[in-house]
Amino acid sequence: MTAIETRSTNRGPRTARYDVERIRKDFPILHRTVRGGKPLVYLDNAATTQKPQAMIDRIVRYYAEENSNVHRGVHYLSEVATAAYEEARGTVKRFINARSEKEIVFTRGTTESINLVASSWGRQNVRAGDEVLISAIEHHSNIVPWQLLCDEKGAKLRVIPVSDAGELLLDEFAKLLTKRTKIVAFGHASNALGTINPIRKMIAMAHANGSIVLVDGAQGVPHLTVDVRELDCDFYAFSAHKVYGPTGAGVLYGKEALLDAMPPYQGGGDMILSVSFEKTTYNALPYKFEAGTPNIAGVIGMATALDYVSSVGLPNIAVHEQDLLTYATARLREIKGLRIFGTAAEKASVISFTLEGVHPHDIGTILDQQGIAVRTGHHCAQPLMMRFNVPATGRASFGLYNTREEADALVAGLHKVVEVFR
Amino acid sequence: MSDLRELYQQVILDHNRNPRNFRELPAATRRVEGYNPLCGDHYTVYVALDGDQIRDVSFTGNGCAISKASASVMTSTVKGKRTDEAQRMFDIFHKLVTGENAGLSEAELGRLAAFSGVSEFPARVKCATLAWHTLNSALDGQEEVVSTE
Repeated sequence: MTAIETRSTNRGPRTARYDVERIRKDFPILHRTVRGGKPLVYLDNAATTQKPQAMIDRIVRYYAEENSNVHRGVHYLSEVATAAYEEARGTVKRFINARSEKEIVFTRGTTESINLVASSWGRQNVRAGDEVLISAIEHHSNIVPWQLLCDEKGAKLRVIPVSDAGELLLDEFAKLLTKRTKIVAFGHASNALGTINPIRKMIAMAHANGSIVLVDGAQGVPHLTVDVRELDCDFYAFSAHKVYGPTGAGVLYGKEALLDAMPPYQGGGDMILSVSFEKTTYNALPYKFEAGTPNIAGVIGMATALDYVSSVGLPNIAVHEQDLLTYATARLREIKGLRIFGTAAEKASVISFTLEGVHPHDIGTILDQQGIAVRTGHHCAQPLMMRFNVPATGRASFGLYNTREEADALVAGLHKVVEVFR
Repeated sequence: MSDLRELYQQVILDHNRNPRNFRELPAATRRVEGYNPLCGDHYTVYVALDGDQIRDVSFTGNGCAISKASASVMTSTVKGKRTDEAQRMFDIFHKLVTGENAGLSEAELGRLAAFSGVSEFPARVKCATLAWHTLNSALDGQEEVVSTE
C-alpha cells in the first residue's frame, strides 16, 4: 500500500500539471476573509472539507426544482427525486468499485455506518467470550460502538498497539488474532496522526483467521483510491463531508451476502415491504437499512462531490497532497521546540504537532487571529493522546485545494506564536 | 495583533510561566477537580477553610495559558478572603470575561483586569472560568468533577 496510488483507474484523467489555482476557484469559501480582512488559510480538512460550487449548486437545484420524497409517489417530482437519489448510489458504487448497488447503504455518516454494523451484525454474531479487535489509533467513533456491543454481549475489546512513529504493530496484530476474534475494525488512515494503515495486508491477515473486517474510511476516501473489491474488506464506512460533500450524508459499503443476512438496524418507513401488526416483511437490500426519509439532497450532493473529486483525479490529488505533506513537514521542523506526532512512512496529509511551552489551545487562538484554521485538542482520539502522553496537539490537515504558500503561512503563524510566548 | 496582546497580557504570560500557589495542599479541607474534556484543561483546586475564611488555596494540573494564569491569579486573589467575598469576585470575574463588565471599577477588578481581553474570544471564556467554577464547587462542598464545556 502506498500513499500515492498510481494504478490507472477510470476515476479521472492524469494531467502533467496540477492547477491548484484553477481548483481554488471552484471553492467560493476560500475567497472570503476572516478576522478583520485576513485571507482564510483553511488547514482543518480532516475535520471537514470545504465545498465546491458545483456541489452547492446541485443541492440548490434539488431543492429549487426537484424536491420530493423518494420511493413513494407516482407523481413527476417523486420520480425525478428518486432517479437522482438512485443515480447517486450508482456513482458511489463506481467510486469505490463495489460489485452491486445493493451493497451501498446511505447513512448519516461514518459514525452511523459503524454503529449500524456494530448493532446489526454485531448483535447477531458476537457472543459472550468473543473478541472485537480495534487499534490504538482509532477515532472515538470506531471505539465506542464496539464498547457498547462488548458490554451488552460480555465480549472483550482488544486493541492493536502502535509504535512511537504511529504505525500499527503487525506482529502484535497477528498475535491478537485468535479463534475468538469475530470482527476487526480499523481506520484506513488516522485522523490524528495521518498514518495510512497497510489495510490490504491487515484484511488478508484477519480473513486468514476467519474474522470479519470493517474499515473506517473517513480519512481514506478523501486521499486514496479505494477499491473495495481489491481490498476485499467486508465493510467500508465513510462520510460525504470529509470528501468535499455535505454534512449528514455517508455510506456503508457491505458485502451483499453479509448485509443480506443481517437484521435491520432501525425500523420505519422505506425499510419494509409490508407491515401488519402480526408480521412485517423487510425490504430488499439496500433499503432494509434505510428506514425513514433519507437525506436526499445530501446524498445527491455527495454524488456531485465524488464526481468533482473524480474529475480532478485521485491519483493527481494524492501527488499534490503528498508534496504539501513533505514540504510542510520540512518547514515545520525548522521551528525550534516543535515536535511532530506521527512519523509513519505512509501518511495522509495530516500533521499533528506540539510546540514546547505553549498549549495547543493557545496555538489555535493565535493562528486563528491570523486567519489560519487548524484543529487543536484530542481529535476524538483520547486513548491515542494518552499513548503519546499529551493532553492535546495542534493539527494541520491539507486538502486538494491547499498550497505551499499556505504551509508557509502556517509556519509564519507559528513563529508569531513563539513571539507572543517568548 | 492588538487583540492578541489584549488577550495574552504580560500578567497572563507571567502567571502561565510561573504559576502562584501551584502545589498540592496537604491541609486542604476541600479538593475538587475541574476538567474540560474538549481542550484537555485539567486542574485540581485545594482549599483549606477555617470557618468561612479561605486560610489557604492552591492548584495543580495542566492546560492552556489562559486557564493556568486564571487559576494562578484566582488563588492569589481569594487567599485570606471570606467565602462570600470569593464568590462575589467570581461574579465580577465572570462579568469581565463575558463582556458584561460595564461599571466595574479598576479597584474592584484589581489583578483580574488582566483578563479583560478574554471577552473578545468567546471560545476562551471556558478556559478562563474553569478554575473559578472549580473553586465555587469546592466552596459549595461539592465533590464531583467540574466542567465548563
